[in-house]
Amino acid sequence: MSSYEARFKVWRGDVKGGGLEDFGVEVNEGEVVLDIIHRLQATQAPDLAVRWNCKAGKCGSCSAEINGRPRLMCMTRMSVFTREETITVTPLRAFPVVRDLVTDVGFNYDKARQVPAFVPPAGVGPGEYRMMQEDVDRSQEFRKCIECFLCQDTCHVVRDHEENKPAFAGPRFLMRVAELDMHPLDSAADSGLDRKATAQDEHGLGYCNITKCCTEVCPEGIRITDNALIPLKERAVDRKYDPLVWLGSKIGRRRT
Amino acid sequence: MSVVDRQEWDVVVVGAGGAGLRAAIEARERGARTAVICKSLFGKAHTVMAEGGIAAAMGNVNSGDNWEVHFRDTMRGGKFLNQWRMAELHAREAPDRVWELETWGALFDRTKDGRISQRNFGGHEYPRLAHVGDRTGLELIRTLQQKIVSLQQEDMKETGDYESRLKVYQECTVTRVLKDGERVSGVFCYERESGRFFTLEAPSVVIATGGIGKSFKVTSNSWEYTGDGHALALLAGAPLLNMEFVQFHPTGMVWPPSVKGILVTESVRGDGGVLRNSEGKRFMFDYIPDVFKEKYAQSEEEGDRWYEDPDHNRRPPELLPRDEVARAINSEVKAGRGSPHGGVFLDVSTRMPAEVIRRRLPSMYHQFKELADVDITAEAMEVGPTCHYVMGGIAVDSDTAAARGVPGLFAAGEVAGGMHGSNRLGGNSLSDLLVFGRRAGWHAAEYAAGLTGEDTRPPVDDAQVDAAAAEALRPFSAEGPESVPASADGVTAVSQPPENPYTLHQELQQAMNDLVGIIRREAEMEQALEKLAELRVRARRAGVEGHRQFNPGWHLALDLRNMLLVSECVARAALERAESRGGHTREDHPAMERSWRRINLLCRLADPTGGLAATDPVAGQIDLVNETTRPIRPDLLALFEKEELVKYLAEEELYE
Amino acid sequence: MATGTEPHLNSGGVRTGTRAAIAAPHLRTDRWWLAPAATAAGLLAFVVYSTWRAFADTHYYAAPYVSPFYSPCLAERCGTMRAGPNADLFGSWWTLSPAIIILVFPLGFRLTCYYYRKAYYRGFWASPPACAVAEPHKKYTGETRFPLILQNIHRYFFYAALVVAGVLTYDTVLSFRDEHYAWGHMGLGTLVFLVNITLIWAYTLSCHSCRHIVGGKLKHFSKHPVRYRMWQWVGKLNARHMLLAWASLVSVALADFYVYLVASGAFDDPRFF
Repeated sequence: MSSYEARFKVWRGDVKGGGLEDFGVEVNEGEVVLDIIHRLQATQAPDLAVRWNCKAGKCGSCSAEINGRPRLMCMTRMSVFTREETITVTPLRAFPVVRDLVTDVGFNYDKARQVPAFVPPAGVGPGEYRMMQEDVDRSQEFRKCIECFLCQDTCHVVRDHEENKPAFAGPRFLMRVAELDMHPLDSAADSGLDRKATAQDEHGLGYCNITKCCTEVCPEGIRITDNALIPLKERAVDRKYDPLVWLGSKIGRRRT
Repeated sequence: MSVVDRQEWDVVVVGAGGAGLRAAIEARERGARTAVICKSLFGKAHTVMAEGGIAAAMGNVNSGDNWEVHFRDTMRGGKFLNQWRMAELHAREAPDRVWELETWGALFDRTKDGRISQRNFGGHEYPRLAHVGDRTGLELIRTLQQKIVSLQQEDMKETGDYESRLKVYQECTVTRVLKDGERVSGVFCYERESGRFFTLEAPSVVIATGGIGKSFKVTSNSWEYTGDGHALALLAGAPLLNMEFVQFHPTGMVWPPSVKGILVTESVRGDGGVLRNSEGKRFMFDYIPDVFKEKYAQSEEEGDRWYEDPDHNRRPPELLPRDEVARAINSEVKAGRGSPHGGVFLDVSTRMPAEVIRRRLPSMYHQFKELADVDITAEAMEVGPTCHYVMGGIAVDSDTAAARGVPGLFAAGEVAGGMHGSNRLGGNSLSDLLVFGRRAGWHAAEYAAGLTGEDTRPPVDDAQVDAAAAEALRPFSAEGPESVPASADGVTAVSQPPENPYTLHQELQQAMNDLVGIIRREAEMEQALEKLAELRVRARRAGVEGHRQFNPGWHLALDLRNMLLVSECVARAALERAESRGGHTREDHPAMERSWRRINLLCRLADPTGGLAATDPVAGQIDLVNETTRPIRPDLLALFEKEELVKYLAEEELYE
Repeated sequence: MATGTEPHLNSGGVRTGTRAAIAAPHLRTDRWWLAPAATAAGLLAFVVYSTWRAFADTHYYAAPYVSPFYSPCLAERCGTMRAGPNADLFGSWWTLSPAIIILVFPLGFRLTCYYYRKAYYRGFWASPPACAVAEPHKKYTGETRFPLILQNIHRYFFYAALVVAGVLTYDTVLSFRDEHYAWGHMGLGTLVFLVNITLIWAYTLSCHSCRHIVGGKLKHFSKHPVRYRMWQWVGKLNARHMLLAWASLVSVALADFYVYLVASGAFDDPRFF
């Protein structure tokens, strides 16, 4: 494969406005979209704003929308497009734009703070933690998350409804709740914190209508919907809609 | 001019990677109001790139392991140039630092009996690396990030403000450490998003900015690694130590070109991967150096047996320290036995079932599949050396992490020098971040607490703030050469347009890669110093378009100053050290010299008043000083066999 | 600094407020509409077919086969099925098709199923039509309030579906008779029933609620090795939940259609032995 000139449309502007700008730019074998954006910076638009770090799909910085689909620019190879195609790159459209391809992802950091942290078990000192691999597998899958926020971007609950942002934590942070609830040594329950119930009451689990876009866009291949959100919904059902459990809690017996 | 926003803190941590966050947690827990400032988003630091694991002698997998064995391995890996006290503290404290992470929610892979699993790695005698698949760095950074959030949640409960005692200023860059006389008084920063300047006033500043890899063309490092902390310390008057030691990781991707340099974790070899040349030969058996002859397998059969029975066999030479493997690969490629794209073959596909590969090396599988269309469960990877880590760094006190000569300045992590000597073992980096990050935060908080009352807090000098602001704004008013001399034929040259910072950066990377790379020669390094002098002059004319709001061209123009300073340190120190040791290989001095073991090379700014555009390549902006180290404490020396010590230590050291 | 920005409380989506000014509701260039359109068409076809058959009240029994739509048959008006799944629980006052009584349960199970929810939210309600394609609705509250909060009762429909699947298993066993109720025979219909019941069970057991109940709710798998193994097994099925949902939907309709063909005399059930 030789190099060729590709046609790009890149959104440029800021909160006051902007639009898609046309570029013609060289593409070489094996390159990814982020390489092309860097070439634009170096040769045509030195002030083109873009966030990136590792360029290896590990840090989750270079999230953008490529031909309308939320993706990591560093993991989108140019070879998935035809040479004739015009490739459109825009910032994430669920968050306020800062400049060019950079958006204000503060929403996610606010939500992160609202999930109560891991509660260490009382009476177990550092070095005394014993956990079986099968017990940590589930939470480990969720900890693969690189916080690229593509799931938060694509989720229609907030993407299409700004007014839902205060009430809805988004897939990433509901998954965080699930991760902690499945952590074999998390002792939140002993401190009076019911993560299952708060998932629905405080983090907006009910807004999720399990249409699975979060799972579709996850660059780490985490099965967010099947392994985190639905199990969390089922756990909330245990707490709130299961008559046996309800009866059990009424007569003072708690199941764990 | 001085309408720059100012905020007061007790401790300011520059950098939010493993060391920075660990320092911030420690400082805050010891009562200091702490600010963290980082160039990227919170949680995106380069630490996430660490794959293999955290070295800590917990002895979970092989109970023969303990801190003394770890210490020995570290010293051997560093060819005895390590600050031995740092290596000792590191080996002793690493297990506690790992266990502590579990109490903050980290989930490492487990052994059968539920303890933290540990894996083999190059240069480590026992399986020692606590890990999570091959994404250990991500686990580390996320755990620390979540611990910070949990501290902020506590503060929220108590004070009604998440950021009352611990605040992260993300996407902000520090360009100067401000001083009051000798002492640190704060930092000058800009916010990337808006381009706005601000100062954080603090008596203690912890530098934890990581490395310098972005000065090289082929590197596993991200854009952040522009040597900011090294340069900040130099400019603040602190010396850098042994900057010639740059680690080239033996296995980076070599193809396709756009991903050249991206890391292929050492776990691939630790878990059974082997290196072969184009003739299919496991060439590492030809490259076992004398000092390691007794420790490594001499035949493929023995090496293969070791994976199953490590107590009765010696490890395969693929697991030699990184410097040895990188040089060996370099030699094979040079001898014409390389792979099609100029590397060698790293193969796990014939060594493990596909299922095991996907489970143990998920990100590697993903990385090759996505970026190179290579299925590592079915074919070999092509790999070659890539600039990975700088062993050199800010000279610090071993116990307190305090930078020399500048009260209030601390450094931890990759930016600090000494711990790893001339070559770092895999896995020792993450533990280094935790051990010395904690120590830096601790002593920074203690130092700040020791200054009580209004008058003892060092005031920020307005003139320094103005000077820093002017320096940061220069790229916007860059013009051609200030005075245009008439050329020889009598025609006056017309004013040139400003230099493109991207072009300058590319030229710098090419020069460092070609002239101060993995194998070094005297003439080439002199040439490099000349090139650096030329770039320095041109960098003063680096100009940018657009405005201050999130302008990457401007950011790069500012980072160039740091990269040029650090590159000169590397080149100058490499030229001075006339031997080969660890991450420093001289073609003209191929042997390790015992006499050099005791010599540290310290870089200082030649003109501390800030005349940065010194154009004379011979003088440059850096002064180099040779310094003899303190002798290794006898009880630590006693951990080694005499026969081994004679290979490293000078005669007089042995009989002291 | 990219933190601490308050959300803007104006209603609206990607084209509003402080987001990047892009007029298009989406910029996808692939055929994103294909999947929801196909889903909607498939579901619609089943709804039309099953409505016709459920209200038809005829041609649902041809010894030894009973249509899965009419099993168990619980009204007086049910045709006689010897040793078959009919019991006159409702008596003569039930004048509608007896299929209605029983179809409520599998219908409820599928309606609240986590896969079908995705399918019809996307296919019929366009909420969202596809990923990163703006939805047309002004307001969205998801499953937070009545009636959609009732989706949470899925697990009770799962319990009911277990019973229904049990009855259909019984029907399949009965299909090993011939038209004179003699045992040890098999026809093409038996095969159809076997395939159908296998898919019904696979779909029922691959249910997310089932996965939760058998083991997913546990915090420590290591203390419950048997339930852990069951959870893993259901998990494997669960990964194919969508496929099984469609396969069993088609197979149940086919099984019914087969009975219809045989009962109406349009087709003669080929007997194997």
